[in-house]
Amino acid sequence: MTGQQASRITYTLDSSLDSVNKVEQTAEQMARKAGVDEDEIFRISMAVREAAVNAVLHGNAYDPDKRMTASFENTGADLVIRITDEGKGLDPATLPDPLAPENLLRGSGRGIFLIRSFMDEVHFRQLHPGTELTLIKHLGTAPTGA
Amino acid sequence: MSMKISTRQVDGVTILDLGGRITLGEGSVQLRDSVRDLLGKGQKKILLNLGEVNYIDSSGIGELVSAYTTVRNQGGELKLLNLTRKVHDLLQITKLYTVFDVKDDEASAIAAYSQA
Repeated sequence: MTGQQASRITYTLDSSLDSVNKVEQTAEQMARKAGVDEDEIFRISMAVREAAVNAVLHGNAYDPDKRMTASFENTGADLVIRITDEGKGLDPATLPDPLAPENLLRGSGRGIFLIRSFMDEVHFRQLHPGTELTLIKHLGTAPTGA
Repeated sequence: MSMKISTRQVDGVTILDLGGRITLGEGSVQLRDSVRDLLGKGQKKILLNLGEVNYIDSSGIGELVSAYTTVRNQGGELKLLNLTRKVHDLLQITKLYTVFDVKDDEASAIAAYSQA
């Protein structure tokens, strides 16, 4: 299902890797249209991919009855991407630090860290059930395509 | 685009030439299976050539770490070759750059493996 209001696009998607890829590609197109440089396009699309992976894999656990929603908005000042899932909820305070020496060789646990590294603001909201992640990239003086 | 893997042998070292994306559901599983197959054949000197890898996500990074620890735990050596700038930057951000033995020249990478 797709809805469009002003410059906001919202998708409601299955809990699948195809959905993750669609969300990533949409973020890349949005960033490119906003006129940010290639490095920023990479960072934004990767952060959004990681958020979508979290929603589908850790949140919804690939449950076919649960959906991920992804909304994309260029406000002119910011790119705002919101990813929600219907899972058990995520408390970011409980996540281990992937840079701690005892965690460096872990095979997972870097997704949220990369999201925070690549975006200007990251906000978590508990939905009961589920989690909403809001990812914001300030556009600064960069030209916008909105 | 999913990941492409080809394998070759140089002076007792198995080089995996990787290309494309190493991400959840795409390259990660292929990489894991390839390293497992090599270890099963007793090939424990492994060089991952990442020169054509244009994208890697946290799952792919995790898979590189898992490959490194799996090979090391079996008495082998795993090194990385030809990092693209994006992959280099990601390993820097995640503090993994100094964990891996990273090379930018194939001949010197081969020479750096122990002779045991």
